Amino acid sequence: MSVIEQDIAESLSEEEVLRIRQDFPILRQTVRDGKTLVYLDNAATSQKPQSVIDITNRYYCELNSNVHRGVHRLSEVATEAYEGARIKVKRFFNVPLSCETIFTRGATDSINLVAQTYGRKHVGAGDEIVISAMEHHSNIVPWQMICEEKGAKLRVIPINDRGELLLDEYANLLNERTKIVAVTQVSNALGTVNPIKKMAAMAHSAGAAILVDGAQSSPHMPVDVQDLDVDFFVCSSHKMVGPTGIGVMYGRAKMLESMPPYQGGGDMILSVTFEKTTFNSLPYKFEAGTPNIAGAIGFGTAIDYLTATGMGRIAAYEQELLAYCTQVLESISGVRLIGTASEKAGVLSFWMDCAHPHDIGQILDGEGVAIRAGHHCAQPVMQRFGVPATARASLAFYNTKQELDALGRAIHKVKEVFE
Amino acid sequence: MPENRGLYEQMILEHNKKPRNFRVMEDCNRKADGYNPLCGDQFTIFLKIDENDVIQDVSFQGCGCAISKSSASVMTTMLKGKTKKEAEDLFVKFHALVTAPPDAPANPDDLGRMAVFSGVREFPVRIKCATLAWHTLLSALDAKTAEPISTE
Repeated sequence: MSVIEQDIAESLSEEEVLRIRQDFPILRQTVRDGKTLVYLDNAATSQKPQSVIDITNRYYCELNSNVHRGVHRLSEVATEAYEGARIKVKRFFNVPLSCETIFTRGATDSINLVAQTYGRKHVGAGDEIVISAMEHHSNIVPWQMICEEKGAKLRVIPINDRGELLLDEYANLLNERTKIVAVTQVSNALGTVNPIKKMAAMAHSAGAAILVDGAQSSPHMPVDVQDLDVDFFVCSSHKMVGPTGIGVMYGRAKMLESMPPYQGGGDMILSVTFEKTTFNSLPYKFEAGTPNIAGAIGFGTAIDYLTATGMGRIAAYEQELLAYCTQVLESISGVRLIGTASEKAGVLSFWMDCAHPHDIGQILDGEGVAIRAGHHCAQPVMQRFGVPATARASLAFYNTKQELDALGRAIHKVKEVFE
Repeated sequence: MPENRGLYEQMILEHNKKPRNFRVMEDCNRKADGYNPLCGDQFTIFLKIDENDVIQDVSFQGCGCAISKSSASVMTTMLKGKTKKEAEDLFVKFHALVTAPPDAPANPDDLGRMAVFSGVREFPVRIKCATLAWHTLLSALDAKTAEPISTE
């Protein structure tokens, strides 16, 4: 779904957002001598609604049992809940088949899975893997490792000063040696939204497979893997109001079938003798060992929560917040925004002439405002913009304009201390 | 929880704005680079040490947050005329100061200007900022290697 379509969705009203905030117990607390918590570090991880917290608790109180093995009642119920979560994830991303939805530990684990299975099998000496200049380390390093192992080459799509991918350069990079394109849908450091549908079509024309890192897009906009026509899509539950330690890897069934298993162990086999092991069918072939059952069930409940709120409406509301926050930051002299793409999600990286990002983060923390300071696991982005680090405010649908005003006031405090 | 003003003492802000001995020392005889990859903080410490192991001159260059920069600056003001051994003892004192439990008593007489960094102990993530220059100093004193040192 394009950003334009999202814009048509009705935004969340002020009353709705206040109601939503009541669902997130952590937002009620005060920090640093009674200051109201203003949580603007959502790109690092999101907060969790009561329903997700409750289902995790309920799982351990009432359902805890191993899945796919026991003949007893509890195992049956736990398996049903675990597989139910898979169906929720499948529907959320419009994945064609349940068996194409593989549970992993998160986006990083998912990318490593694809690199170590699909990558290892299909990338050879002299081949090329294309990534972009705005990737998170987790969408750089696994590919570097494969390139090193296979004698393949890592090519990088450059970005302009606004933090937008140069699509002409991308087109030039693609050739018959390109085996995999791995790009993020939304940059965690710049907020840029990349034109994935177009990029997928370009990759396919060159005969390459495309993996999309959806860690920063899946919490903030509707994602339809069939509409995007991508081969692999990965994301993490914990950025989508779900628990940590669980995520997903979508892959086209025919590609998953052709891939060797990632890890060996229980659940991923049909039969084992010392001479030969027959691997289980999808999705279990890629889910070795007892999975994060509570996490998957919690992830399913998080998806229920996002779906009930409406991803289109979340996107529309966050665009309002983004516009407002951009205005707040641009109105303060000495603040420079890094990442000013025309298509952006709610990530605002900035630099202040008077203070280092860590000092900004520290003063803001003293005002109860939680942001991230650092290189955001995207050191090449920092190098591209000539800064050692940035301060980053990242938004979620439970944030309010009042909180962004508080951010503005706290930044003025930074100026008072350091100017 | 403490207010941040406790961390950013006036002297820290002042040294951050106007760092002392902030220059490249062309005729140094020992030097080391310190790097904190997590923050991107990077400093070089230059030393001129005579045959009796006495520090004749000290300076630094680089960039980092207010805590790391002011810590480097304050450090350079305390080292001239000290022996290698005395400098190492200062490191131990400074390290103990910033890594002590928040409620541990600090003895300002013993610490001199370094005492302004006692607020760091309330903010564990900033300890590595405060100690970067000091770790780099140790490395420069030994100057056994040109390898950058890291507080990560």
